[in-house]
Amino acid sequence: MNIDFIETGQVLTIKLKGELDHHSADEARVLIDEKIKNERYNKLVIDLKGLDFIDSSGIGFVIGRYKVIRKRKGVIEIVNAGKKVRKILDMSGIGKIIKIK
Amino acid sequence: MHNNYVYIKIPSLSVNESFARAAVAAFCSSLNPTVNEITEIKTAVSEAVTNAVVHAYEDKIGEIEIQCRIKGRVVEIIVEDSGCGIADVEKAREPLFTTKPELERSGMGFSVMESFMDEVVVLSEKDVGTKVILRKKISEKKQKSLNDETAENSENEE
Repeated sequence: MNIDFIETGQVLTIKLKGELDHHSADEARVLIDEKIKNERYNKLVIDLKGLDFIDSSGIGFVIGRYKVIRKRKGVIEIVNAGKKVRKILDMSGIGKIIKIK
Repeated sequence: MHNNYVYIKIPSLSVNESFARAAVAAFCSSLNPTVNEITEIKTAVSEAVTNAVVHAYEDKIGEIEIQCRIKGRVVEIIVEDSGCGIADVEKAREPLFTTKPELERSGMGFSVMESFMDEVVVLSEKDVGTKVILRKKISEKKQKSLNDETAENSENEE
């Protein structure tokens, strides 16, 4: 799992590359929550372009970040999900609470 | 033809989740599955193994045994642990049910297994362990399989 951060004003784009499962989600959670803890981001963009694999632990991870940013009145958005990843996102119904572009 | 099989035994370390699903996927490749079928198997195995890592042994490390068999065109994968067992299997299989919401568990594991595999059997006994049996028939290669596969690959790269 590889994570890149891009900051544009109050928007933080998180580029996830590789496989998002229970193991890598635990690592990503620590890095991301540390990154957003002391900053005033009002929007998180999760870019899944480089993501090859996701399972239900990855869904739990995304919902977790949604909760973190919502507490601060911010929003979250998912972009560039490939076909395989999109299938799991759709199955979870996560699109009802998070914008998927 | 002799039925093929492989046994894998791993400690319940989360780092082994990716190894387990990749190993099962590699084993199944002799049946020439489609990219979709491989993704579905990988995801289902990931769910079953993650359940064993997260729930069966909690904070301890135990062993997870994965048996994979090919019977004709059917792949049978058994993921077994000797952990705490599931108190109520029926409840555990309900979509979105989780005993660990604080750990950001989505409660979708069994739903994913069920939608990606043809058959999911869960046998569990308290303090003895849990056995998840996953079965899936791999489609016969169609005449146009090579073209289909190329189309599928290019779609996936979008």
